Amino acid sequence: MTNDILRFATAGSVDDGKSTLIGRLLYDSKSIFEDQLDAVERTSVARGEEQTNLALLTDGLRAEREQGITIDVAYRYFATPQRTFIIADTPGHLQYTRNMVTGASTADLAIILVDARKGLQEQSRRHAFLTTLLQVPHLVLAVNKMDLVDYSQDRFEEIKAEFSEFAAKLDAPDLTFVPISALHGDNVVSRSENMPWYTGSSLLHHLENVHIASDRNLIDARFPVQYVIRPHKSDDPELHDYRGYAGQLAGGVLKPGDEVTHLPSGLSTRVSRILTADGEVPQAFSPMSVTLLLEDEIDISRGDMICRPNNTPAVSQDIEAMVCWMTDTRKLTPRTKLIVKHTTRTAKVMVKDLRYRLDVNSLHRDEQADHLALNEIGRVRLRSTQPLFVDEYAKNRQTGGFILIDEATNVTVGAGMVVKAE
Amino acid sequence: MGQASQQALGRYQLSQLDVLEAESIFIMREVAAEFERPVLLFSGGKDSLVMLRLAEKAFWPGAIPFPVMHVDTGHNFEEVIDFRDRRVAEAGVRLVIASVQEQIDAGKVVESTGRWASRNRLQTSALLEAIEENGFDAAFGGARRDEEKARAKERVFSFRDEFGQWDPKNQRPELWNVYNTRIDRDEHIRVFPISNWTELDVWEYIKRERLELPSIYYAHERSVFERDGILLADSPLIQRDETEVPFTETVRYRTVGDLTCTGAVKSTAVELEDIIAEIAATRITERGQTRADDRASEAAMEDRKREGYF
Repeated sequence: MTNDILRFATAGSVDDGKSTLIGRLLYDSKSIFEDQLDAVERTSVARGEEQTNLALLTDGLRAEREQGITIDVAYRYFATPQRTFIIADTPGHLQYTRNMVTGASTADLAIILVDARKGLQEQSRRHAFLTTLLQVPHLVLAVNKMDLVDYSQDRFEEIKAEFSEFAAKLDAPDLTFVPISALHGDNVVSRSENMPWYTGSSLLHHLENVHIASDRNLIDARFPVQYVIRPHKSDDPELHDYRGYAGQLAGGVLKPGDEVTHLPSGLSTRVSRILTADGEVPQAFSPMSVTLLLEDEIDISRGDMICRPNNTPAVSQDIEAMVCWMTDTRKLTPRTKLIVKHTTRTAKVMVKDLRYRLDVNSLHRDEQADHLALNEIGRVRLRSTQPLFVDEYAKNRQTGGFILIDEATNVTVGAGMVVKAE
Repeated sequence: MGQASQQALGRYQLSQLDVLEAESIFIMREVAAEFERPVLLFSGGKDSLVMLRLAEKAFWPGAIPFPVMHVDTGHNFEEVIDFRDRRVAEAGVRLVIASVQEQIDAGKVVESTGRWASRNRLQTSALLEAIEENGFDAAFGGARRDEEKARAKERVFSFRDEFGQWDPKNQRPELWNVYNTRIDRDEHIRVFPISNWTELDVWEYIKRERLELPSIYYAHERSVFERDGILLADSPLIQRDETEVPFTETVRYRTVGDLTCTGAVKSTAVELEDIIAEIAATRITERGQTRADDRASEAAMEDRKREGYF
């Protein structure tokens, strides 16, 4: 099996046909099993619904089925001969912004659904903004329910123009538009005969072929040290001095012989070997989990960073970041003290300043705001008790992203994306 | 990782199994680094065998830095128990057994009786008590999100309160690969390193890693009877009624669990290749085909998980 994996997030509400689209992708790729379909059909009938409600496939929690809405992120899996797919099915409503942020954090691509009759809604703009805030590299606007606008090219072009104008204000990366009918399958798996004017790919064809290999940062070598392996096997003299630094590459490429710098010490040495349990490898790159052996003995522990001498992340205690606040039990205000977890490093931080709160619908910046409440996003200055080794989130999602934890409740209360380190 | 697959995909690309393996190893190392007393739940079934292999790889050439634990219902397939003991010895890890039988004998739980008797749900009590007694603060499970719709909603690091309960509506947000491992005393985290694997990935990995499996995964002749469309083993542990007549069939097990509620599937697959072909072509999920316990209600798994089940 030499498939690669595409992780994509879907945003939109039940009304936009999101669940129907996912159901269609799963069904047409033969990823819905008979017993699952039977169960959904039984429930649909029991609830007096006219059609089999495919949303029941993805809404896995009792509360979701009761309320008929998606509350939390659900992960679904399907594969075609070309690729394996992991779908993060995220809820569309404003009160679930944090769940959409969660789903988008690992996505290579996001599909935003709009209803062709209604055109762009406030929530479509919000979804597009969150997608770009989380730096999802590829964005697809799927204009759904084309059957209900007589497969009108004019209507599609109208929505496309409106969205393009909005997207220009964002930092939208690769943008693709596909007119579809999830219900009837037009342009979902294969090209639709109902829209001969559309010359692009079907949605699935796009998902199978979108180029993601170069989305990873292969330039800036970043190796957050995760775990130190010291075997201590007295019967094996070869392992006596073994000291391996285990971790997952967060960017760049490392090879044996490369000169590397250790942070925070700033000391340099060379990589002597790169190991996995299957043997030595000639190179390591993201997202490989490997163990590095270094030429010189340096005091290195979890939370440290190994990188190249002339290409290091910022080493800083003062960080400016966009923060999405994720709890209703307390607010983020200046002087709030929290725990930050950034790559493998954990420290305490204090909020120095809230620069502004962003209205996720209008993109208006409220500089008078004095707090962030649940699902609100703002630009925040943080002061950490220990230096963090950070990159701008736009350059590296791993070394630019962090979570904030409430020390009293241990709950994850915020997600941050580094804008700059001072 | 496979050298051949890297060549096929070109420079700086990994196959899906390599990506999944790297993610799982990262998760296991994260737990070993941040928790004091982790444990790996190990039944001897295919998913837990994959987990044990991943743990060996994550800490190689060091030893696995945590014990393994089997929640033993006492209703086992003998072949699996023999295999479990052999594999644990080979890995050089300590085996903790959380015994449902002991819980019953001590009067801590009451066994249901009759035709539908199953110790499946009683596992929760044995599991939680063992976690408490041993002071485990993290327990690795081999659950996958493709198995069941409630599991599709669960975090990789899934918080459990002091009663071992899961609150699906109040889960911690989980972003990127930054996992929140903080807990208070008596709370613990269930960690699912193979959350993103599918059943087929598991089988492909077993093939790639040449993992040995208990013999019941391969086609064999067995005396079985049919109940609710599920083929159950003819065993003194299961009470049959007069309409449930045992017959000999060539079967294999697609999942391995408590003998009284795990069904066999008709199959002639004696090689790994045959099993992979079978799984790739099947139109029924593994739990739907083989687990009587999930048929109780639409939310059976969610309800069990809330109470602290795997």
